[in-house]
Amino acid sequence: MASSDKSIDIDDPRGVAPPDATRGDSISRRAFGYVGALRSDGAARWTFIWPSVVIILCLSIFPLFASLTLAFGKLVFQKGKVDVDFVGFSNFTNLLFGTERTHILGLARAPTPLGWAFLILVAGLVVWALLKSLRSGRVGVGGAIVRVGGALFAVGLAWLIAQTMLSEGGRPGALVVTLFYVFAGIAVTYVLGLGLAILAVQPLRGRRFFRVVFLLPLTITPIGVGYMFRMMTDTGKGPLEPLFAALGLTHYTWVTDPWAARIAVVVGDAWQWTPFVFIVLLAALEGLDVEVREAAFVDGASKWRSFRHITWPAILPVSVTIVLIRLIEGFKIVDMPNILTGGGPGTATQSLTLEAYLDWRTLNLGSSAAIAYILLILVTIIASAYVAWSRRWVEQY
Amino acid sequence: MESRFRLVATAISAILIVTACNTAASPSPSASSPAASAPAASGSAAAGGQQFAGVTVHLLTFNGPQIAEPLQRRAPDFQKLTGATINVDAVGFQDIYDKALLDMSAGTNSYDAFVFNPQWMGDFVGPGYLEDLTSKVTADATLNWSDIGPFFRDFNATYGGKVYTIPLDGDFHMVYYKSDQVKTAPKTWDDYLATAKEFNGKDLNGDGTPDYGSCIAKKKGQQSYWWIISIAAGLLQSQGTGQGVFFDTTNMNPLFNNAAFKKALETYKATMQYGPPDEINLGVGDTRGLFTTGRCALTMDWGDIGTLALDPATSTVQDKVGATITPGWKEVLDRSSGNLVPCDATSCPKAIDGVNYAPFASFGGWSGAINAAADQKKKDAAFAFLAYMSAPAQSGEDVTLGKTGFNPYRTSHFEDRAPWTAVGMSPAAQDNYLGAIKDSLNNPNMVLDMRIPKTKEYEQDVLDTAVSQYLAGELSVEETMQQITDGWNQITDQVGRDAQLKAYQDSLGVQR
Repeated sequence: MASSDKSIDIDDPRGVAPPDATRGDSISRRAFGYVGALRSDGAARWTFIWPSVVIILCLSIFPLFASLTLAFGKLVFQKGKVDVDFVGFSNFTNLLFGTERTHILGLARAPTPLGWAFLILVAGLVVWALLKSLRSGRVGVGGAIVRVGGALFAVGLAWLIAQTMLSEGGRPGALVVTLFYVFAGIAVTYVLGLGLAILAVQPLRGRRFFRVVFLLPLTITPIGVGYMFRMMTDTGKGPLEPLFAALGLTHYTWVTDPWAARIAVVVGDAWQWTPFVFIVLLAALEGLDVEVREAAFVDGASKWRSFRHITWPAILPVSVTIVLIRLIEGFKIVDMPNILTGGGPGTATQSLTLEAYLDWRTLNLGSSAAIAYILLILVTIIASAYVAWSRRWVEQY
Repeated sequence: MESRFRLVATAISAILIVTACNTAASPSPSASSPAASAPAASGSAAAGGQQFAGVTVHLLTFNGPQIAEPLQRRAPDFQKLTGATINVDAVGFQDIYDKALLDMSAGTNSYDAFVFNPQWMGDFVGPGYLEDLTSKVTADATLNWSDIGPFFRDFNATYGGKVYTIPLDGDFHMVYYKSDQVKTAPKTWDDYLATAKEFNGKDLNGDGTPDYGSCIAKKKGQQSYWWIISIAAGLLQSQGTGQGVFFDTTNMNPLFNNAAFKKALETYKATMQYGPPDEINLGVGDTRGLFTTGRCALTMDWGDIGTLALDPATSTVQDKVGATITPGWKEVLDRSSGNLVPCDATSCPKAIDGVNYAPFASFGGWSGAINAAADQKKKDAAFAFLAYMSAPAQSGEDVTLGKTGFNPYRTSHFEDRAPWTAVGMSPAAQDNYLGAIKDSLNNPNMVLDMRIPKTKEYEQDVLDTAVSQYLAGELSVEETMQQITDGWNQITDQVGRDAQLKAYQDSLGVQR
């Protein structure tokens, strides 16, 4: 309203002065209208914006800084109060270099040939992307520093994965296990969700029924999903026991094998989140222009070429957003490993959030907050890199 | 005009801000005020009348469903007797400690009473959160304090010479065996392994499928870390309760890095050979289900199996359950050399037939405590309710019911056999079950559970994680012991070694 170049009539409910008004009237009304606009804008600003801002400050920003205080402190319980004693970086150093190091970063050993190959591949890709970016001439000094830092971070993560996951005698810690949950989970949920969405837009009988059925897992609480999967994956006495018996797996147990347990967690997580990917991609596919695809078919395009050159570019922006949401959400995984395995066998299925929860459970809030900040930094770097990369990728289409 | 609008807007904003920011710190939501005209509390429900009319007590406990069940079931009866409303807020096992400690430390005091783990008293008594009940417990006729077993009075209820809790449960580990097939109860852990090996793979319940020699809950993050202490106890403690099993009482160095604990870890892992394939992911509820459906020859548990086995709805082993004191060892740790030495009159003065038994009072038993910051009327009503729950008339019945989660802890629970007969336990089974409990309670080498500040972190974080990593094959036995030692030393040094040493000495100072 304030940005309008028309005079404002406070008596006119539409707020626009009649065209036959005299010039003097017009000036006074314009002035009065300006004050009115200011008044109403000011009221709107104070009444609607500030409360929202302050509530966000109270519920989001304040806890962020409060937890930062905790990350550098330890709780001391007193009568009627809780003191936080400053302990410097000791919570962080204990997690990354102290007694908790193997739980967070894992047990490092010399990489296997596969580990070296993985490391060289990642390092090569990162260096190639970095050089390409720097040579493009569009990157300033600040951007170059950020990119070099990001490249070192990526190579460092790859080195950690190679030493703990792709090594003889090594053991991944919560950080690498979390990365596995995130990236394996995203890959599985996206492929399944896209497949189901493509299936659900086909003119098949009963597709409306299946659309509803596919959505059901999303409506169940994650703890419920955890307990359900614990029952279903029980090969000895669960509801699927006859199936496992027929396959000769009655005496097999996935809970004693670290990778089987981690895969079970990913399967449960994918079962829960595939409907989210499905419903968003279904909406994107339903919104596609049918005529373009029909024209492509008339011109002799195969189904694959039609998908590759028409459907895929159209759903790419939505896909990028879905992956970003799942990326951020996936780092917070806690329900499934906690219910399914309690983080076991050993610490094989412990995610960073579960580590933080276990510390919080014993009121070691300093360590818990430090893990949360490590997670925050990790998510911020990976999500920012993903957004920067995906933006350019989408622009190419 | 504008400034007036801005003023109004600011006022609205301020109200919203205060409302938003105060949500977490608001006082107890619905605590009813005690009637000002109510007569002085007698501290006993037996006093009759409606002396607590209008008083509402908020009590925090475990959502089992055991433990909460008897409290919720008897609260209406107590209300009829006294007029007090007992609002039982039942939460998960892991949440009780956090909720109680944060509630009292932050000063919100939403809860007036707690039924929780007496091990946590080290964290609660120091800052003055719990009401001193010393003078009240002996004065209350309903409670009949002297009827409570000396071990539970002196250990569960007492801290630093003062009484802070009222016992509602008697907890320590025992071994159970399927008595229709296992004819000889294991006396040592070597016997246990031999028996488990003998019966593993046999069809124990006649359903045509092979069953298991031993079922012990080993899931991480639950209550499973206590079993390893039970196995190690007989190797670590031989000179009586005051010796302790966790730390050296002179310097607070952990005792879990030596030949004794190594043997205990190896024995614990060896039981997995004769257990269900997914035993590493089974909680105590799972193993109880397996044992009471006849699928296990042996198991280790608290007293609950004895009463759970009586329930015809869930159990197929009525009168087929034998209970025995936790097996011991014929050797013990020589703390000066760090080696295991054979038991003799000097090294194992409390041994029976050459076997050093050390029954472990793990957890200690659910106990009631009162928030020192609660209103006096609420404190009185809470005390009366806890005394009512613990009184022989109520508890004598509750300890015979598996659904309560309460096990015997009073002299009268052993002497008055009528409630046991009423729930279908045969005289022979009564003799066996109650006899095993008495054998444990009367053993002068009983092992006290840890009860110092940060107990939860020592046991449920460091010990549980290391042992579960060992069982999963992530750590060798030496790495496991080193990880426990390092973790425990770190906690001790953070809190203060001298303070922790004094707390540990105090916790062991109670001699029977």
